[in-house]
Amino acid sequence: MSMIRTRRAALAQSGNRFSDKIMLKSNMRNLVLAAVLLMTGVWPALAASEADYKAAFAAAEAAEKQADQLRNKWTTTEAQLAAAKKAAGAGDFDAATAAAREAEALAKASIFQATSEKERWKNMEIR
Amino acid sequence: MRVRAILTSAVAALAAAALACAAASAIAAPDRPDPVADAKAFQNFFTRKFPKVKYEDFVNGPYSMNEDLHRQWEEKEQFPPYEFALEAGKEMFATPFKNGKTYADCFPNKGNGIRQNYPYFDEKEGKVVTLELALNRCREANGEAPYSYVKDEMAALTAYMAFTSRGNKMDIKIPDDPRALEAYENGKRYFYTRRGQLNFSCATCHVQSPGERIRAEILAPALGIMNAMPIYRSEWSSMGTTSRRFMTCNSQTRAVPLEPQSDEYRDVEYFLSYVANGLPISGPGARP
Repeated sequence: MSMIRTRRAALAQSGNRFSDKIMLKSNMRNLVLAAVLLMTGVWPALAASEADYKAAFAAAEAAEKQADQLRNKWTTTEAQLAAAKKAAGAGDFDAATAAAREAEALAKASIFQATSEKERWKNMEIR
Repeated sequence: MRVRAILTSAVAALAAAALACAAASAIAAPDRPDPVADAKAFQNFFTRKFPKVKYEDFVNGPYSMNEDLHRQWEEKEQFPPYEFALEAGKEMFATPFKNGKTYADCFPNKGNGIRQNYPYFDEKEGKVVTLELALNRCREANGEAPYSYVKDEMAALTAYMAFTSRGNKMDIKIPDDPRALEAYENGKRYFYTRRGQLNFSCATCHVQSPGERIRAEILAPALGIMNAMPIYRSEWSSMGTTSRRFMTCNSQTRAVPLEPQSDEYRDVEYFLSYVANGLPISGPGARP
């Protein structure tokens, strides 16, 4: 009996080792697949939803409103906002979200410019 | 003895106070607006940068920058591209409004030879009034719809008024009113402030780089740049007002232009015109 048990245990152990190898291979394959998908930009889990677009657009609009208050909007920000709206209208939320994020980054840069120029303009003055 | 001691300490206290005042004013001086000193420094900068350019020639913008361009300008002036606008402006100026009055009724000296006094600071309104704004206010006061600040009619009217003022020296006043000085300072700040995605100020092109090429164009010096307005631009294939020029400059640097005749544009026109005091009106002008 004890021999049988020992053999079973040995079999089970070798089976574990075998399944471990399979698991490892499978994990590696998944990792490679994930890397390839990430590199090609088609990772299904990253597809933007309408909610993502709406959040990105609201953030961009808020930043652009601040730039407007500083009287320093950029044409490129406006173009990205328009592109985001157009893409969202066509149901392409990936492109819409990307454009909205770009618009937010540009609006923030214009805010930085207006703020830093409050004093810096004096460096250019002819005296 | 006691009186002498009191007197001595009083004199010492007065001297100390005077010294403190002098020191305080010396510290405050750099930030106090001084338009007269600004104008002098502005004019000196350009005359030093371009010692071969005749002072009066700065009003001809890029055409003043070298002999070849100057020759081009002389030839252009024989059949100037702004001539049609000038004729139209003359006719418009003389045509009565529906109420029988004309533009001449709105302006000093019936609107003849007065370009050099615009823009001016209106102490009642507390703001700068440009010639374009005054023309539209004249229209509205006489029951007419205002013209677009960027289209042909306004350019034609201002072209005619500039033409009747050719040779008159720019004569912009800053009245003794803190609001006028503030408007001048705001204009100066606008002129030197970088904006747009390209991070350009007006000065980037017109102070740092006049005479240089930006793509196919030669940049004009800022000195006297207002004296030639309005201008026919070959690039536009049409006449352009001062408002149009400011707005185009903004969008070229990828900044969203402000509304025409906004406070900022009015103030920057005030600043640029003031620092060109003494230079002749040459408008309407023609530019590449």
